[in-house]
Amino acid sequence: MNDVSTTATPARTPAAVTREIREFLTGRIKQDVPVDQDLFRTGLVSSMFAMELVVFLEQTYGIAIVGPDLKLDNFRTVEGMTALVGRLLDE
Amino acid sequence: MGGQAQDRPAVIGGGVMGSAIAAMALGHGVPVTLVEIDGEAVELAKGRVAQQLRHGRLMGAFPDVAEGELTATTDLSAAKDATAVIEAIIEDDKVKATVLGELAALVAPGTPLITNTSGIPVDELAEAVERPADLLATHFMNPAYLIRTVEVVRGPRTGQSTLDAVLGLLERLSRKPIVVGDSPGFVTSRLLHPMINDAARLVEEGTASVEAVDELMQGCLGHPTGPLRTADLIGLDNLADALRALAERTGDPRHAPCALLQSKVADGHLGRKTGRGFYEYGKVF
Repeated sequence: MNDVSTTATPARTPAAVTREIREFLTGRIKQDVPVDQDLFRTGLVSSMFAMELVVFLEQTYGIAIVGPDLKLDNFRTVEGMTALVGRLLDE
Repeated sequence: MGGQAQDRPAVIGGGVMGSAIAAMALGHGVPVTLVEIDGEAVELAKGRVAQQLRHGRLMGAFPDVAEGELTATTDLSAAKDATAVIEAIIEDDKVKATVLGELAALVAPGTPLITNTSGIPVDELAEAVERPADLLATHFMNPAYLIRTVEVVRGPRTGQSTLDAVLGLLERLSRKPIVVGDSPGFVTSRLLHPMINDAARLVEEGTASVEAVDELMQGCLGHPTGPLRTADLIGLDNLADALRALAERTGDPRHAPCALLQSKVADGHLGRKTGRGFYEYGKVF
């Protein structure tokens, strides 16, 4: 018999993380954003909101974004944030 | 880049501005003594500073140096040996005068006393201190660790050595100080606060929505965030207080806070710091 738990929390797939980040963004900036759109260059996100994004990711995924990971380039796009979350969840 | 080894500023008041000024200095490797009124306020200020340091790091606002050490305390006498004291308590002239008087009696003569205010004239506060030559005002913008330009206000009795010392400190902290004369609201508040008040009046009168006002000011006139989003960042209670002070000192009743602004303050919708003002926010700071 395979020892597979049927009650474990489903793994956070990149697609799920992307969807959740986009839902958060849509709720706050009232528009859907492509995953590769630079949120800062297009003026969709302010420097203050950037910190809200950091806290949202930390609280949603139980991760700590510190040291060299705490840089704006990691939060420019939805796909960048998805990659960061995936890497930190794997560590 | 970063402060000099001898810089040991004290910041009095760990609210939004005081903690941000402390974070700015700490991020430049400068040790800071932060004084708050009670233990709970000390803990809140420490948490705020930590978050603001993270925000500054995120935005690349600090040089690549080790952070300065934060000493947070309720003991005002901890500021005794500071190389400069920055008073950043509430925007109330009587309370500021009392605290500045205590600080002047505490620190060595020649220690710059800096009152951080959005518009209370330096010379009014100078009445409360033993050595008016040691006193000047700064008006940091929020967030102080991200906005480099700082309005520096020289009162008629501010000494040249005080001005030089403060300008030196600000430059070591990567700030760009702009020195102006003493006047109610100085330059930035005198221009910005009445504009925000009028922006709120336009919403109150039904002429335009909050979003429309800000989008027009951003898109047509290049305002970075729009006046009403700026108001939320300042804090609507702080803004209403500053407008009342401006109205009293200039004698112009149009500077008194409009009804919409007053009602938001009465409802506790104070802007970003409470999660709601003219806009809704997540709670981070």
